[in-house]
Amino acid sequence: MFKIALDKIDELFAALSGNETLYLPIEKSGEIEFYPYEKDAKVRLDALHTVKSAKDLFFPQTENLMNMKLDGKNIQIEEGRHVEDPFVLFGVRACDARSFDVLDKVFLADPVDSYYAARREHGVIVSMACSRPEETCFCNVFGIDATMPEGDVVVWLDTDHLYWEAKTEKGEALTKTVESVLTDSDSKAVEAQIAATKEIMDKLPLKDLDLTRFTEDEMMNIFNDSRWAEMSEHCLGCGTCTFVCPTCQCYDIRDYDTGHGVVRYRCWDSCMYRDFTRMAHGNPRKSQLERFRQRFMHKLVYFPENNDGMFSCVGCGRCLSKCPIHTNIAKVIKTMGVKEHE
Amino acid sequence: MREINEMLKKKVSELLENGTADRIIGWQAGEFCYDVTPAVMRKDNLDELFYNGFCGANQSKYLIQESLEEGKVLALLKPCDTYSFNQLVKEHRVNREKVYALGIPCSGMLDVDKIKALGITGILSIEDNGEEIKVATMYGDKTCKRTEVLQERCKVCKGKEHKAYDELLIPDEDAPEVPNGEDRFELVNKLEAMTSQERFDFWRGELSKCIRCNACRNVCPACSCRTCVFDNDNSGVAAKSNADDFEENMFHIIRAFHVAGRCTDCGECSRVCPQHIPLHLLNRKFIKDIDEFYGEFQAGEDDTAKGPLTAYTEGDCEPSIVMEKGGEA
Ligand code: SF4
Ligand code: SF4
Ligand code: SF4
Ligand code: SF4
Repeated sequence: MFKIALDKIDELFAALSGNETLYLPIEKSGEIEFYPYEKDAKVRLDALHTVKSAKDLFFPQTENLMNMKLDGKNIQIEEGRHVEDPFVLFGVRACDARSFDVLDKVFLADPVDSYYAARREHGVIVSMACSRPEETCFCNVFGIDATMPEGDVVVWLDTDHLYWEAKTEKGEALTKTVESVLTDSDSKAVEAQIAATKEIMDKLPLKDLDLTRFTEDEMMNIFNDSRWAEMSEHCLGCGTCTFVCPTCQCYDIRDYDTGHGVVRYRCWDSCMYRDFTRMAHGNPRKSQLERFRQRFMHKLVYFPENNDGMFSCVGCGRCLSKCPIHTNIAKVIKTMGVKEHE
Repeated sequence: MREINEMLKKKVSELLENGTADRIIGWQAGEFCYDVTPAVMRKDNLDELFYNGFCGANQSKYLIQESLEEGKVLALLKPCDTYSFNQLVKEHRVNREKVYALGIPCSGMLDVDKIKALGITGILSIEDNGEEIKVATMYGDKTCKRTEVLQERCKVCKGKEHKAYDELLIPDEDAPEVPNGEDRFELVNKLEAMTSQERFDFWRGELSKCIRCNACRNVCPACSCRTCVFDNDNSGVAAKSNADDFEENMFHIIRAFHVAGRCTDCGECSRVCPQHIPLHLLNRKFIKDIDEFYGEFQAGEDDTAKGPLTAYTEGDCEPSIVMEKGGEA
């Protein structure tokens, strides 16, 4: 294990961003997102969550696929992708780190999404352990250890040091490039922090959410449960919950008329939107009830059913704090986790 | 607040009992002390109803749908909500006959994001008693000043008078004092004083955070079109994130134009924005300009008066004023 004093952390960021782009939580116009590091950036390692999750780096909200330009009677087609640039993604929390496993199941399954795959290959993940979870956090419910996130390198932060440990080959290689600014360290401080954080995690208000009912056997009972009506009644049908979610994976492919050509791009889509999966015959989910139900059935029943029991929620709590009317997956788990009329 | 909560529960059960209305749009407690959800309640689940400093959501828009259904719905309107209500009635979007409006007092609503922004996290409970807000957290007890954590719109409260009601829970004169209104055009003035480049940078910085979740549009009582232009495939503009983020920024400008003269400055757009984009500043700029060009006007003050952009008077400003204003300032 290595360490570096926090008052020298800019040296680490400078070293990490020397050869490739370094993305980390940075505050701009008052909000924190993963932005490329530059000197004097307002780095916010204290923040638990960026608004958009870290998935934006592998599966960006919009990405141009190709540009079509009219040249006389010819149409020129250029590929629009930039996916082979190596980058370092620093400061990913355990919940977001697990979300990559969920996304891998979707995008790396046959047929492989070459855009996503290229970014996964070229990105090195430096994840960061949590020591001050919020009341909305419930990663533990999905078996995620907030003190020991997945990643190529894991870092822990205390009041005056950052501790660094490589976990994979990619992580070892990255460590080599920054070794000159790090010093050797024992793991005492980290062990103490892990123990302290575990005690806090045991007191989280949502730590006991019970997922046992969300099985294939109960699928149709949950689907037909009459309580979806009241749960979805005031859903605004906005896309907030889906766009802040690290595991939501649906996208749309659209053409944008620039006036002198066409840009074909893909962008995040939301099952809460009424044109979602609309086909020639119309939309399969006509009411907000059906759309609302889809989001949660997908995360809690269909996805695990198709992926060896892996839920497609990682308990980051973003939808809990961002839904404008405060209806969310924790409420759904609590309500639907218990049989109707019980 | 506790007293008002009790009075409210009693009044509502009376009104449902005597058949004045058959259901109510109220508020339901959530997982935490601050995450209140609007919910329709009837006699059998009325015990879930409560009212506290986190019941900021303006429920007027739900009345569009509710007033299409059978029976009469009981609406709880805070003073500021009555402006949106009037506007929706004026635009024939809410059927007034199907609503029984109970005016409820308000002493300012709290914004939990502002509490969290002060570094107060791991919130377990919040005690809202007057000037000081006490917050119990997983990391110890904290306090903050009420004025620091008021919702944006409450800082410029329009006053405690209800502009529409069938009945008031307590007379407006006896209602608690509302927060001292700050000047709502203060920031607009600041933006106007900037160079056009500074202003452009400010808005590009803010609007580029937008994730196109459409929460601002979907919650807005003035955005009451059945099918929004952004949901119409043939319009050439999409409701999702665009390939060109400048195009996307235009979404907000178009929306602000569309609600101009009808926006009551209820602040819902800014309240729901997950990126805390100060959308109210766009609307306030329009309100300020309309005030200057056509005379002072507050949308939703009543449910009959024609808006300045939908009525013609000889004193109306000439369109050329736009050119004069639009240049380098
Ligand atoms: S659940 Fe909340 S965030 Fe999601 S679409 Fe409905 S209102 Fe929007
Ligand atoms: S569903 Fe909500 S809590 Fe779960 S991963 Fe998505 S945003 Fe986070
Ligand atoms: S959900 Fe878990 S991993 Fe994510 S920020 Fe909270 S404590 Fe950390
Ligand atoms: S609520 Fe905010 S993020 Fe969502 S569309 Fe409106 S401005 Fe954009």
